[in-house]
Amino acid sequence: MADRLSIPKTYKLAIGGAFPRSESGRTYEVVTPKGAFLANAALASRKDARDAVVAARAAFSGWAGATAYNRGQVLYRIAEVLEGRRAQFADEIRASEGATALQAAAQVDAAIDLWVWYAGWTDKFTQVAGSGNPVAGPYFNLSVPEPTGVVAIVAPQEPKGASLLGLVATVAPALVAGNTVVVVADRAHPLSAISLAEVLATSDVPGGVVNVLTGSPAEIAPWLAAHADVNALDLSGAGALDWVDLEIAAADTLKRIVSPEPGVPSRSLQRILAFTETKTVWHTKSLL
Amino acid sequence: MSFLEYAPAPESRAIVKLRPSYGLFIDGSWVDGHGEPFSTISPASEERLAEIATADEHDVDLAVAAARRAYDRTWSRLSGADRGKYLFRIARLVQERARELAVAESLDNGKPIKESRDVDVPLVAAWFFYYAGWADKLDYAGLGANPRALGVAAQVIPWNFPLMMLAWKIAPALAAGNTVVLKPAETTPLTALLFAEIVQQADLPAGVVNIVTGAGGTGQALVRHPGVDKVAFTGSTAVGREIAKTVAGTHKKVTLELGGKAANIVFDDAPIDQAIEGIVNGIFFNQGHVCCAGSRLLVQENVHAEVVDRLKQRLTTLRMGDPLDKNTDIGAINSREQLDRIRSLSDIGEQEGAERWSAPCEIPENGFWFAPTIFDNVSTSSTIAREEVFGPVLSVLTFRTPAEAIAKANNTPYGLSAGIWTDKGSKILAVADKLRAGVIWANTFNRFDPSSPFGGYKESGYGREGGRHGLAGYLKAGN
Repeated sequence: MADRLSIPKTYKLAIGGAFPRSESGRTYEVVTPKGAFLANAALASRKDARDAVVAARAAFSGWAGATAYNRGQVLYRIAEVLEGRRAQFADEIRASEGATALQAAAQVDAAIDLWVWYAGWTDKFTQVAGSGNPVAGPYFNLSVPEPTGVVAIVAPQEPKGASLLGLVATVAPALVAGNTVVVVADRAHPLSAISLAEVLATSDVPGGVVNVLTGSPAEIAPWLAAHADVNALDLSGAGALDWVDLEIAAADTLKRIVSPEPGVPSRSLQRILAFTETKTVWHTKSLL
Repeated sequence: MSFLEYAPAPESRAIVKLRPSYGLFIDGSWVDGHGEPFSTISPASEERLAEIATADEHDVDLAVAAARRAYDRTWSRLSGADRGKYLFRIARLVQERARELAVAESLDNGKPIKESRDVDVPLVAAWFFYYAGWADKLDYAGLGANPRALGVAAQVIPWNFPLMMLAWKIAPALAAGNTVVLKPAETTPLTALLFAEIVQQADLPAGVVNIVTGAGGTGQALVRHPGVDKVAFTGSTAVGREIAKTVAGTHKKVTLELGGKAANIVFDDAPIDQAIEGIVNGIFFNQGHVCCAGSRLLVQENVHAEVVDRLKQRLTTLRMGDPLDKNTDIGAINSREQLDRIRSLSDIGEQEGAERWSAPCEIPENGFWFAPTIFDNVSTSSTIAREEVFGPVLSVLTFRTPAEAIAKANNTPYGLSAGIWTDKGSKILAVADKLRAGVIWANTFNRFDPSSPFGGYKESGYGREGGRHGLAGYLKAGN
């Protein structure tokens, strides 16, 4: 009896909770390290990037306005759903990165554990980073961190070990405070990113909170860096691009910037706070 | 003599002994600048106060080198406790010389003496006193154990609160263990130069604080200097953008406090008496030369007429004139250039259909003056509702519902500050949550304190000054 003929997946973009093809109609070949064909991924265009920013902006007030407890549960739910799909992600990583079964499984597990770590921060970072301020006057004064807004991310572009983990290490911290995200996936290994978007779509993450673009970071990043409705730019994975030019473009609207760093960014509270704004409120106390 | 007329009550200038000319303060001593010197004048009389040196690139280089030497050899080796003691000394010296500093500030800047004496200078002392206590407690700054200083900080400050901005910059930088090169604004260098004398009286090690004067070119040379590890700037959004571009791709850490177009929201259940005072303080404090000024009054439609009428009455009682007079409420516009800008934006406001009203006041013959002005029926797209005027000009807009107030308040690329006036506490909390601004004043406005973080959202800049947050801006995590 012949082997069952498999059904390959069409890998598309993830914008505003839907999975459209690139409006440009373009695709590019995703191949194994040895050059074998894996899939045709969407080659996102400038227009796709703009659509993604519109979707992220529309989703911002809802996600930022959700309670910290609720955001924490949604982020934890992602880990739960990922856990059930470990085999799928490991297979994609093995094929795409040429990783061993052990390496692929380890990357998936690390990514899931990282989601859980960040999920637990949603209702804690405010206490750690905020303050009650003893001003010299009859005022109740406090400072709290709030989400910056729409964060554009260039995910790590590493030859190995980062196609899922690098994505999670950059996207998850931006979501903690209530930001919404447009992420440009690892160009050479985009399968995990699209599969992750499918997980997000089934994990109670509101549409538009995470928008995933596949394609060329060198082509898309300049449009995101210059986009006036993007508030912050995470260039973690942009080390091989003309990232100084991207920072210069971002300066036109004074975006918050995280500069490139090699490898997978390590987990930290600082990564959460990089996409927050401190709001200080002075409340007058009446004179009794 | 009506009850609003007062006899002149000028503060004595004798307490300030200005030298005819000032050099640069580099490595603990006064040196000549190699750029073209310029005069600093009193904007209230156009009288020349002193000749000021201009630092060229070479001078800036010397100042940065001095700061680096002081950092390597002295300041970074000092204990936090000793750094703190120097800062406490400075705080006390500021208090001892408070009146002199206030008079000098009002002379050079044009702001009323009651503001320089009661707001600016006391906050300068408070800022040094607050950060002095942080110097030996850096482990609690939020960056983990043993955080490290950045090195040499380049600091460029504006002309609206000359000495106060100096304190906001220098106090946290030194507490964290950095050394500094500071450039005051070209129209208001005097108090920074008097501060250099205080640095000498405090016996601060040479090179820890360096003051270089000059115009934009000097600031540019300082910000661009490769020997600088931190750039802190307060000023316009346009210059802030240029600085962000200049430092792109470098290791320099940046704090930017830029422009604003704050909404001051008055609900119909507000305590109107206090609100009127708060609106006046919000936009006419310091002639409106305040980045966080409440320049857009959003007033609920059903109290609009009452609020505007009472505002006009109140503005009629304000006294404009000699900044050194203790009864003066409104001083001089800081420079001819700024006056031209305020005039031109006001003309545009009128052309775009807003109703202009100016307080009836006598404009002195010399100097730069602009009467407190209200524009009513301003539309959200009007230039004076969108651009920072940085002068005593208030734009009045109306709203019907809290949602509309919030939408209008946030409809700006800026996000520095906002005000909320209502007697209903739950409304304050709900509205404050939705405003995209870094500092929100509820039933008050324009309050500052060294323990309270200050800074903007969006294009009003990034980083915070004041409090633990302000300290963290001058530190990096230890190993």
